[in-house]
Amino acid sequence: MSVDKDTVRRIAKLSRIALDEARVAPMVDELNGIFAWVQQLNEVNIDGVPPMTSVVEQRLKMREDEITDGGNANELMANAPQGEDHFFVVPKVVE
Amino acid sequence: MTTLPGNLTEFTLAEARDAVRAKKVSSKELTTAFVKAVADARPLNAFVTETPEKAIEMAMASDVRIAHGEARALEGLPLAIKDLFCTKGVKTTAGSKILSNFVPPYESTVSQNLWNAGAVMLGKTNMDEFAMGSSNETSHFGPVFNPWRARNSNANLVPGGSSGGSATAVSGNLCLAATGTDTGGSIRQPAAVTGIVGLKPTYGRCSRWGIVAFASSLDQAGPMTRTVRDAALLLKHMASVDPMDSTSVDTPVPDYEAGLESGVKGLKIGIPKEYRIDGAPPEIEALWSNGADWLRAQGAEIVEVSLPHTKYALPTYYIVAPAEASSNLARYDGVRFGHRARATDDIIGLYEKSRGEGFGKEVQRRILIGTYVLSSGYYDAYYARAQKLRTLISRDFTEAFKTCDVLLTPATPGPAFGVGEKTADPVSMYLNDVFTVTVNLAGLPGISVPAGLTANGLPLGLQFIGKAFDEATILRAARATEQAAGFAAKPAHWWRAA
Repeated sequence: MSVDKDTVRRIAKLSRIALDEARVAPMVDELNGIFAWVQQLNEVNIDGVPPMTSVVEQRLKMREDEITDGGNANELMANAPQGEDHFFVVPKVVE
Repeated sequence: MTTLPGNLTEFTLAEARDAVRAKKVSSKELTTAFVKAVADARPLNAFVTETPEKAIEMAMASDVRIAHGEARALEGLPLAIKDLFCTKGVKTTAGSKILSNFVPPYESTVSQNLWNAGAVMLGKTNMDEFAMGSSNETSHFGPVFNPWRARNSNANLVPGGSSGGSATAVSGNLCLAATGTDTGGSIRQPAAVTGIVGLKPTYGRCSRWGIVAFASSLDQAGPMTRTVRDAALLLKHMASVDPMDSTSVDTPVPDYEAGLESGVKGLKIGIPKEYRIDGAPPEIEALWSNGADWLRAQGAEIVEVSLPHTKYALPTYYIVAPAEASSNLARYDGVRFGHRARATDDIIGLYEKSRGEGFGKEVQRRILIGTYVLSSGYYDAYYARAQKLRTLISRDFTEAFKTCDVLLTPATPGPAFGVGEKTADPVSMYLNDVFTVTVNLAGLPGISVPAGLTANGLPLGLQFIGKAFDEATILRAARATEQAAGFAAKPAHWWRAA
């Protein structure tokens, strides 16, 4: 399987990354180099092999669903590139 | 009175602990010496942020505790912290432009554990952007230089990566020890090429809370130190079970230092035959067989074992890790924190431009790979297949550990290489982690220990791989190797003249 320019543009869009048009062709080559290399995984018979879900055998821990934190709006807003009062500001989303 | 090293920065972590406790040196004196060493070493670019005032303040507080007889395990000992660990009130960049102004309002569990044990923070170390790299050349803040140079050469070499700043800081005596993180080799590989010890613990041994996430099923924090004893000491105080990380494991943290000198007599050391790779330099082969000889001479039994899926580990990793990264890095959107692009009038444009400007080339490449392998129509061919390969790789280790206690392998396929030498070809760069990445996929502990020099004077390391939560045994084997290797070489401090 190999990717072309349209595929790279499509996955850049899905990834929400603005890719300079000048980067598209080199990215096609880079990705195809990597995908050609990972093709060797197709040599392996994986019939009946379960996918790895956890490297260390352990049960998912459960805890009470209760409020343990909060009231930190000022701290949360401190790193916001643009904020007003306790709101994040974004371009208009709904017309 | 025992003699102190001529220069306080030459202390090991354990020596400094003993000297500070015995009041032979104050934390302030020790910390002042390291603050100066850090400032003198700026040509190495090992630190993204230096915190000298905070360091002196913490050291003075430690001296007060010591005077009152209240010294804790790491009281007054100056450390460097990889810039992937969130530090409250101190900028944490993950080596990325997108986080270049991020000041966390919270502290990572691992770093908090260290401060609770009395340690002092010298600053935050440079690293590959979001820990994606094997040479520290993907950092937004520029490459880090290895303190080591080849004999009769002035060429700058890379320190490995992604924990390249931490490796250089420990190797160049800019701190007593440092924290690193290891997703595919990012502690062990830089440790090997800078002549220091690096340990990746079992997945779940250290809490991941407050560590900027790269690939959550593989990431693990660990110590980078000048000696095996120091790695044992630092790991003890990094590890903990943590309610904030549901994958952190609730088993007691042993006193790793206690069993360190018990030797390797009767230990079964497995040599995985698949780690003999075509084109590996003869020096690596020689180092590996020396390692086996040293252990045999100390009473260990050497057995050949097979890990048949070894060659599939790197390609498996380059599906699994980018897939997880593409999901983890979705949070950087230019809205809540981090870099935000200017002059965008729609929300999608804001996301795309912020991420396009904020992420470097390697990070973008991996996000695209991850998005592709998880996308509809390709998921089964790539991601699902890779997760099955991961099961097979993990089973290989389970089988091998039926006939041995610990595995011995080379740590890297070669010594440190030149800055810019491998940046053009991603796959050749990825191959630096060929011996380390299997361990992450299986969640096992691994340690790299300096074991020799190349003909032109560059350090090489050996790696021990252990059973899950058996850090004690790999530390013991590494200690025996450290003693037998007698690795005493030090890099010339060429940067001081600069």
